[in-house]
Amino acid sequence: MTHLDVELKRLKDEIVEMFELVTQQMKKSQLAFIGFDREIAREVNFNEKRVNALELKIDKDCENIFALFNPVAIDLRFVLAVLKINSNLERIGDIADGISRYVIGTGNPFDKELIDITRVNEMFVMAVQMLSDVQKAFDSEDTKIARGIFQKDDLLDEINENANSVIENYIRSHEGNISQSLHIISAIRKLERTGDQVKNVAEEIIFFLEAKVLKHVSEK
Amino acid sequence: MNKIETKNLNLYYGTFHALKGITMSVKANTVTALIGPSGCGKSTYLRLFNRMNDLIPGVKIEGDVLLDEKDIYNNKGMRIDELRKKVGMVFQKPNPFPKSIFENVAYGLRVNGMNHASFVEERVETSLKQAALWDEVKDKLKKSAFALSGGQQQRLCIARALAIEPSVLLMDEPASALDPISTAKIEDLIYELKNKYTIIIVTHNMQQAGRVSDKTAFFYLGDLIEYNDTNIIFTNPTDPNTQSYVTGRFG
Repeated sequence: MTHLDVELKRLKDEIVEMFELVTQQMKKSQLAFIGFDREIAREVNFNEKRVNALELKIDKDCENIFALFNPVAIDLRFVLAVLKINSNLERIGDIADGISRYVIGTGNPFDKELIDITRVNEMFVMAVQMLSDVQKAFDSEDTKIARGIFQKDDLLDEINENANSVIENYIRSHEGNISQSLHIISAIRKLERTGDQVKNVAEEIIFFLEAKVLKHVSEK
Repeated sequence: MNKIETKNLNLYYGTFHALKGITMSVKANTVTALIGPSGCGKSTYLRLFNRMNDLIPGVKIEGDVLLDEKDIYNNKGMRIDELRKKVGMVFQKPNPFPKSIFENVAYGLRVNGMNHASFVEERVETSLKQAALWDEVKDKLKKSAFALSGGQQQRLCIARALAIEPSVLLMDEPASALDPISTAKIEDLIYELKNKYTIIIVTHNMQQAGRVSDKTAFFYLGDLIEYNDTNIIFTNPTDPNTQSYVTGRFG
């Protein structure tokens, strides 16, 4: 194993740790939001600092590898991909934190009917599933799994697109729950963006392994 | 039009098959880097173009080596001294002659019968300027070339090669014996010289190949494994052996 191999392995371990941390954050924000658990929400809020610190550490390690080892070919693509994946994962961490803050800042538990009709829990389940799949794709260097992510994002898009009319109808009959409704629609928007971030990660995995750039390409 | 071309080129040192069926072409005003592990044939390939291999006993060459679309081996009208006026060479270690700075650069002109004082002076100045050395030596042209630093000596050797106005410049690890500052000057010079000359450079420094060349050829055990745009070789090489070599995982 060359010195560079050792450094790349260390970087891979760190980004896998980032995947796990952010997936945990998303799972906990689901528990906090759906179960209206402020304790868990505060935990997510606290752990956001760990996500940020790990992001900075990975950024620094990528910078060092560029400066000290001048990686080329697949090594270069790997470090470039890790740098971008790191940024995407950190944003997903921000999203989990943001959703948890709605729980901390809201007076009463969310109306169960509102949770059900907006399908927000389905979005959480799919976001966590996509995160898990994309980590598996990265870990096992499997572009087939990475490509599977793109279809899964369709569900998040569909729920997001329908959310406006669903919530509009709900507010008409529940005028006292406007604040809650706004929090739910905000969470839905954030979960839809999570899907986009995971798709970006999948694109970076394909770039790393196949040297193909899928950004801004409609057919993937 | 290709400036340099080889077609199914085979070279043998006695029974050793050093270059195996190399077909490759180089466009004018480009820099081509030849890379590969020691003994892979890259320096042998470089020396084909000014017929330096002819001096080695037991060498046998088959195939075509073309300069400006004319064969330089199977061509009775091609004189070696005329060829070497067109194809200059710079070696790994600076090798100035034990003469003054001025006379080093003027040497090629004089042996080719160009002795007119003002012409020689003008050509020496132009060559030293092209080699980015003029400002450093213009006030000490009569001093010994050995008084210069290693980096300056190498640029002097480049100026000496340029003085006879070749169209091709062959460089065999021209910066491997130099410090980083002198190396950077040589690399900047290669970038500048590309406008007037076609340059082929052998280097073991992957980053240098990346910085200076337009095309890169990877040789291994006498075979040309991959020849492509330099940015492709260093971002997404086609051949797994090329990838192993440029990433330092070869062997």
